[in-house]
Amino acid sequence: MNAIELDHVTLARDGRTVLSRIDATVGAGEFVAVLGSNGSGKTTLLHAILGLIAPREGEIRVLGGPPKSAATAIGYLPQKRAAIADLPLRGWDFVASAVKGERWGWPAVGAQDRADVAAALKLVEATALADRAISRLSGGELQRLLLAKALLGRPKLLLLDEPLISLDPRFQFGAVALVRRVQKELGLTVLFTAHDLNPLLDSVDRVLYLGGGGAALGTVDEVVTGPVLSRLCDTPIEVLRIHGGIVVVAAHGELDHEAHRHDAHDA
Amino acid sequence: MLDYDFMRTAFAAGTIVAVVCGAVGYFLVLRNLAFAGHALSHVGFAGATGAVLIDIAPLWGLLAFTLAAGVAMGVLGERLRGRDIAVGIVLSLSLGLGVLFLHFYTSHATQTVALLFGNVLGVSSANVWNLLGLAVVCLIALAVISRPLLFATIDPELAEAKGVSLRTISVLFLMVVGLAVAEATQVVGILLVFALMVGPAATAQRLSSHFRAALILSAALAVAETWLGIALAYETDWPPSFWITALSCLAYGLSYFASMPRAARAEAE
Ligand SMILES: Nc1ncnc2c1ncn2[C@@H]1O[C@H](COP(=O)(O)OP(=O)(O)O)[C@@H](O)[C@H]1O
Ligand SMILES: [Mg+2]
Repeated sequence: MNAIELDHVTLARDGRTVLSRIDATVGAGEFVAVLGSNGSGKTTLLHAILGLIAPREGEIRVLGGPPKSAATAIGYLPQKRAAIADLPLRGWDFVASAVKGERWGWPAVGAQDRADVAAALKLVEATALADRAISRLSGGELQRLLLAKALLGRPKLLLLDEPLISLDPRFQFGAVALVRRVQKELGLTVLFTAHDLNPLLDSVDRVLYLGGGGAALGTVDEVVTGPVLSRLCDTPIEVLRIHGGIVVVAAHGELDHEAHRHDAHDA
Repeated sequence: MLDYDFMRTAFAAGTIVAVVCGAVGYFLVLRNLAFAGHALSHVGFAGATGAVLIDIAPLWGLLAFTLAAGVAMGVLGERLRGRDIAVGIVLSLSLGLGVLFLHFYTSHATQTVALLFGNVLGVSSANVWNLLGLAVVCLIALAVISRPLLFATIDPELAEAKGVSLRTISVLFLMVVGLAVAEATQVVGILLVFALMVGPAATAQRLSSHFRAALILSAALAVAETWLGIALAYETDWPPSFWITALSCLAYGLSYFASMPRAARAEAE
């Protein structure tokens, strides 16, 4: 069974088409990087897979069924998380609040739930963060708690929306490696959105590149090339490979999102 | 001092109200909505004075207005952000209306002061039962919504993805806040609701990052500040509202100092 099947899917936001008739199939156990510049529709695609927005046309199948039916088997790390860093709560409560958080009643955590939280924390090496206040954590530590939260409820599919965005370049590689290890350990399918491919180069199985309302899915060598990206984005794009890293440069002196972010792999 | 009926009533009313305010206030502060409590109480003023005018106990008029305003705030939600001026004008209109209603009511001087600044020593024993009934409703409602409320407060995006309606939670919670505000005004009045709803909760959150411990601490602080405030009022003959606000402020100040990292504290000394 495939993890995700997109069949001629068109997604719109506020009546504006964001992605148009895209086809893609992600197999179970794959680690796929979802790339594309700001506004290319990465978050929109994840929302559609979660069943938060319905496609205008086409069909989305997640874990063999419609998105809503798979909701409990999806772990999600949202992109917007600005307010979280100031919370006067310890790591444990932060993670535990997501355990069956959609149910009514008092947020009591039973023995089984407690074991689940502990297991998720252990998996991401965040056990020591359980008793520390969120507001005192570093970006990388907070990231691990967010990942632990996404892993609650034994998901089969992980949707991670720009988990690298608030991390220093030198922590980005570690964060990706952690996700990769957990993915292998649990046999998860991972969709990992990012601006910059470089921290992901060693870990991804394939990339899904979004641009110009379309999508290209394949291995890095198949997709991240001048001709493919130029056709996708309908503008001349060059792909340079330097020191084992990749720089994507758009024409007319305009740098694409990745060109000024490659400092990470130079180091 | 417990020989007097009015003192026993004051302690009973104060305890009930403090528990409610401490518990509801914890979530209010966690959601960064401290000023919503303040705003709701102002809206309540017109309701309270209007009720007096048509010969109903002010508590019920106040409650009707705080509940309605809570629903409105919850429904408007994000659209209120950055609308400080519009909100401020509505609040001052409400206070203005309250003054007008009081103008038509003859013996208004003591009423006004009690409404604005509270008078826990003047609570009637009949009213204590009203307060208790409201408190039970309020705490049950809070307990019922607390799980999705905590989830939605900590991580709204994730909660929404898991099927929590943020709008519903927001409306229900602000109704609970409306109830709590109506209770709080009976002790500290409309203008000083902050002292019970926000002070203890903010102090507790400075002292503990443990959800359950901080929630209980918040209620316990509210109760302690209220008891001590009433006792000090009895000893000094100063208004209890003054003592309660002063203690609330003092506790917050101390917590600020206590939660400072050791190095920064050494530097400050
Ligand atoms: N909640 C939303 N409501 C309306 N439009 C949105 C919303 N989120 C994103 N958009 C719009 O949809 C387009 C795609 O955005 P998004 O999926 O967030 O891109 P990305 O995640 O790749 O940066 C953008 O033009 C953006 O302005
Ligand atoms: Mg995005």
